[in-house]
Amino acid sequence: MDERDVADMDEIKPPKSQTGIIGWIRQNLFNGTFNSILTVITLFFLWKTVPPLIRWFFIDSVWTTGSEACYTADGACWSVISNNIRFILFGLYPHDLQWRPLIAIALLVALLAYSRDRRRWRRSLFYIWATGLFVMGLLMKGGLFGLENVDTTRWSGLPLTLLLSIFGMVAAYPLGVLLALGRRSRMPAIKSLCVVYIEMIRGVPLISLLFMSSIMFPLFLPEGLTINKILRAQIAIILFTAAYIAEVVRGGLQAIPRGQYEAAESLGLNFPQKMRLIVLPQALKIVIPPTVGILVSAFKDTSLVVIIALYDLLKTTQSVLSNPKWMGFSSEAYIFIAFIYFICCFSMSNYSRKLERELGAGERH
Amino acid sequence: MKRIGLCVAALALSAFLAMPAVAGETFDAVKAKGFVQVGVNQGLFGFGMADDKGTWRGLDVDTGRAVAAAVFGDASKVKFTPLTAVQRFTALQSGEIDVLCRNATRTLSRETSLGLNFCQTNYYDGQGFLITKKLGVNSAKELDGATVCVLPGTTTELNAADYFRSNGMKWKPVVIESTPELNKAFFAGRCDSLTSDISQLAGIRAVAPNPDDYMILPEVISKEPLSPAVRHGDDQWMDIVDFSVLAMINAEELGITSENVDEMLKSKDPKIQRFLGVTEGNGKALGLDEKWAYNIVKQVGNYGEVFERNVGADTPLGLERGLNALWTDGGLMYAPPFK
Repeated sequence: MDERDVADMDEIKPPKSQTGIIGWIRQNLFNGTFNSILTVITLFFLWKTVPPLIRWFFIDSVWTTGSEACYTADGACWSVISNNIRFILFGLYPHDLQWRPLIAIALLVALLAYSRDRRRWRRSLFYIWATGLFVMGLLMKGGLFGLENVDTTRWSGLPLTLLLSIFGMVAAYPLGVLLALGRRSRMPAIKSLCVVYIEMIRGVPLISLLFMSSIMFPLFLPEGLTINKILRAQIAIILFTAAYIAEVVRGGLQAIPRGQYEAAESLGLNFPQKMRLIVLPQALKIVIPPTVGILVSAFKDTSLVVIIALYDLLKTTQSVLSNPKWMGFSSEAYIFIAFIYFICCFSMSNYSRKLERELGAGERH
Repeated sequence: MKRIGLCVAALALSAFLAMPAVAGETFDAVKAKGFVQVGVNQGLFGFGMADDKGTWRGLDVDTGRAVAAAVFGDASKVKFTPLTAVQRFTALQSGEIDVLCRNATRTLSRETSLGLNFCQTNYYDGQGFLITKKLGVNSAKELDGATVCVLPGTTTELNAADYFRSNGMKWKPVVIESTPELNKAFFAGRCDSLTSDISQLAGIRAVAPNPDDYMILPEVISKEPLSPAVRHGDDQWMDIVDFSVLAMINAEELGITSENVDEMLKSKDPKIQRFLGVTEGNGKALGLDEKWAYNIVKQVGNYGEVFERNVGADTPLGLERGLNALWTDGGLMYAPPFK
């Protein structure tokens, strides 16, 4: 047979209507009466909403003008962001020292990026973080090495949001694990203490805890002794998150088969060894998805400190909006901080998926 | 390793713990720590708000600065604590702040059961109505059956309800939790009228898409003497706060401004000499430096200057002096003799 014939036979193409863009559209969008109607309705809806949105977002919007131009513009007024970006991000932090929180945040992002790789999780990483946190604290607070002292009451904006959420998560996680172990303990005193704690904290909203910490708690302190507002809110957030983490971790502990415990005991491991080497590594791996869910919501919950007048990212934005100059432009400002929150939360859940894949948490052993 | 981590965390957290202030008399405690802790509004334009550089500005903020100028001779020796409406009195009672300058209305129950002492009023406010001109109404008495936008849970809501009931009128309150959303709803035409303190209404009208479409009705339906407050138990401290505000009012009455105060030191008028401490006595009586009033006027200004700077005609609020004019101009601002 001629070679050419073979080639020709191979090159017989399927009908045009089955391939390419047209084929894809027919197969996926118009493969039946019902789907065709749905497609048409969706297209109509998109045609009605997307162009005006794009016009509002980009074409008719103003970006770097003063507030006067905003009142005449038809589109979004992004000037509210560009004019107030430093206040939204750093709030009450002294204006000419704002490079310090900026570097601190950059350092934090760099540290997070560095620890993304699990192969770097060694003892040295712990020291790197300890040094990094110390430098960040030093940059924020000052008072050493010729850095001007900045009162904690002036910490605000994004650094405050990150501080509350990161310390909240880092401190709540081990506390939650301890509480979960306590709740499964056979010692009645410890067990009931943990149960009461977890159920009590989970039974009240975070808002009421924050109110307690900021309004009732100071009244119980001896006269003259005051505890920093940020610290009080921080502790409330830690206590709250820990109770939720405890329940998630308990779920993981219950999923570990009895045989694992017995095997560990038969090796002669004592309780801490058994937990640290055998049980917890498996249990914590199982509960990565719900844990991350709690951490993400804890991150967003920090915005509730607005109600006790801490200047977190949301509060600095609201403060800008209460200036008569910028009063009407809340949508633009809220879209901006929603974007910041989204970046943070999305990278958290993204990372957790990577971690799950690497640890094979979804697989059954 | 976890234990080390906890230690580090504990150390880091301990950095947040405030030094315990000296217990006892507020004035001694303030002098010992070297600054005045002032509770202010978390964001009320013209009264207490951080500007885009993070500097606190407003009538209440300047009142706090005046106290610092009186006590330390330096208006910058002051720290501000932003507070919500719920927090403000607790913060004062628990000693977190030394003086509260947060547009708080002086009332009998607050003076007594909350254990506070209010000082000289620094702004006389009152509740009013902002309406659209389309409504064709010239008096609040004609608002029968109107829908009114109002913040929930405040005295504002109660005052409005009282007003409508006592005048035998019906109203439909539209209750919206946050001020910006409330304003938006009003401008979008969801209610015929918006009720709030008149100082606020002026600012809201100023940012309307078309301010000329709106007007403030002449009726004032409540009295809101906004005053700085201190807690019970230190009368000397109360006197100092009281007379810091009065000194600003007195300075305006005597025609002393932050600009001419140095020339005024040479004045032959015995009232001015006593006021500025050229003739000694007032400072000693208060337990302050003889220059205390001079420092207030020099560094903060007289009441008229402070008013114009924060809420006056050239600001977005554009408020008239009205009740807050000097008594000689038909207002309520009246300072007792400084002798």
